[in-house]
Amino acid sequence: MSRAEAGTVPVVRPLSSALWSLGLFRSELTIVFRRWRTVALLAVLAGVPLLVGIAVKIETRNGGSAGRGGGGGDGAGPAFISQVSNNGLFLSFASLAATLPVFLPMAVGVIAGDSVAGEANSGTLRYLLVAPAGRTRLLLAKFTAVAAFCAVATLVVAGAALAVGAALFPLGDVTLLSGTTISFSDGLVRALMIAALVAASLVGVAAIGLFISTLTNSGIGAMAATVGLVITVQIVDTIPQLHVVQPYLFPHYWLSFADVLRAPVYWDDIVKNLGLQALYAAVFGSAAWARFTSRDISA
Amino acid sequence: MEEPSAGTGTGRPGTAADAEAVIETRGLTKQYRGTLAVDGLDLTVPRGSVFGFLGPNGSGKTTTIRMLMGLIEPTAGTAAVLGRPMPRAGRTVLPKVGALIEGPALYGFLSGRDNLVRYDSADPTADPRTRTARVGDALDRVGLAAAAGKKARAYSLGMKQRLGLASALLQPRELLVLDEPTNGLDPQGMREIRSLIRELAADGTTVFLSSHLLDEIEQVCSHVAVMARGRLITQGTVAELAAGTRGRLAVTTPDPADAVRILKEHGVTDLIVLDDKVTGELPPDPPDAPDPSDPSDPSAPSEAAAPAGPLDLADLNAALVAAGVRVRGFGVERASLEDAFVALTGEGFDVAG
Repeated sequence: MSRAEAGTVPVVRPLSSALWSLGLFRSELTIVFRRWRTVALLAVLAGVPLLVGIAVKIETRNGGSAGRGGGGGDGAGPAFISQVSNNGLFLSFASLAATLPVFLPMAVGVIAGDSVAGEANSGTLRYLLVAPAGRTRLLLAKFTAVAAFCAVATLVVAGAALAVGAALFPLGDVTLLSGTTISFSDGLVRALMIAALVAASLVGVAAIGLFISTLTNSGIGAMAATVGLVITVQIVDTIPQLHVVQPYLFPHYWLSFADVLRAPVYWDDIVKNLGLQALYAAVFGSAAWARFTSRDISA
Repeated sequence: MEEPSAGTGTGRPGTAADAEAVIETRGLTKQYRGTLAVDGLDLTVPRGSVFGFLGPNGSGKTTTIRMLMGLIEPTAGTAAVLGRPMPRAGRTVLPKVGALIEGPALYGFLSGRDNLVRYDSADPTADPRTRTARVGDALDRVGLAAAAGKKARAYSLGMKQRLGLASALLQPRELLVLDEPTNGLDPQGMREIRSLIRELAADGTTVFLSSHLLDEIEQVCSHVAVMARGRLITQGTVAELAAGTRGRLAVTTPDPADAVRILKEHGVTDLIVLDDKVTGELPPDPPDAPDPSDPSDPSAPSEAAAPAGPLDLADLNAALVAAGVRVRGFGVERASLEDAFVALTGEGFDVAG
């Protein structure tokens, strides 16, 4: 195939070709984050810590302590709320615990569900494929962008909570769930670890959403299906009679991130959670790939 | 390189047979739940041609284009684009192909320019260092430079169409596949796009132009293929196809009955009288010695038409006048592709059922 290449295609290839492929990943990030919808989702997520912070502030105005949970409980979400009035840093833990079950996976479901189906619906998918983006490469770029959204969404919640917590409450040394006290800076590091774990917890949802997204040409349908599935699975996870399947449900170990706030850190459930997310990413990622690479693009 | 690369592959081949094929399909078939959208298509698009792909809506044009571009898998048969098998060699073939498929599709929340940047970065062979310049050139080429910063959502259909065309022109292409490129454009825009297509073709780019507008194909194309109900009805040069259907003789006269008699005597067939207008099929041009439609009538007075020579229209008119037929108008109505299409399909140019 030496003929006909006369100047039509740039001959420079070897080293830079890998770098050029990154153009699509960058472009994909632009597509996700320059939409008003994404900005609105992030704004809603940032609003959660604000609401929680203000509510706690009002409730504790008379010097009382918010919440009845009393500082503990394995993975009981609002547990951290009682600590917020003593230490603003706990607002990030409380906010992440509050958004992880519903708001965060919903936001990820919207972005992931729309990622392929939305482009199929608007017809832009066919132009990307004849560019040619390459189906595997495009899917990888999509998955990377959704994963980036998981991280950004989590950081927005944690960051907003930190800002609100610092503004409304005192900051100081952190008393862990196990009773030991660590410095504020150590507490910040743990907060960052928790944010990373929460972001990683969303990878399973991202993979499921991407897979559903490859099944249909309706972006709205894929979003609704993904979010519906997230809610259904969470309900199943609370029904005691179904305890056999529960360890295999993607949200089952979500609140294990609280174990970071123990000294020493209790890793068992955290590792199980990460393993489970990796499993979901592998299974549904492969399913999405199998579907997308063999599918007729007829929209 | 076992491909037979006959000819150097440049210029405008009037002879389709020996030119290198840019698109070649063999028995290409696509079946959707029992219905055949495309049925055994054997298409050959010679390099350097402006190839019109003609057919009514629903005749399988877009399905064919989708198969050629690797978007859908054929049920049977093969397709080769630029000499390589198509769904498989997409990575090497498609960067050299610019395509506009079934109307433009844009990101409404991005500006026109950013839309092109997006599509260009999807192409792994596109050099990011020249991206800005190439995007600017493409916008200039379709006359969108002034509106490049506007959000694509605010574009009119014509502007979207131009932007879609610009995305096909981001790189020098060997083949342009344009599916109804003038859809939604005003007459001025249509003229501009057609002259752009001619310009690109003059640079040596093969253009595969699908359309349901017969006059568009007639104006810009050197070759044409006609589809109907998923089947290829004919393909060849536009001249060949138009020659296949000859023009009809049309005589306007207050004496139609006499005119019919005289015309019949001179071998004009399929005579139809409509008020004061008589139309008919002229006898075949190469004068076969025995006229097939007029088995040598001995009583024919044929004083005007020379018996062996080709039928001269002037003589025919003289014969009419000599016979006392008053002629108001006389001439041949030009055969158009539409006539050819109707003759080929035996049906109107309607949406296929």
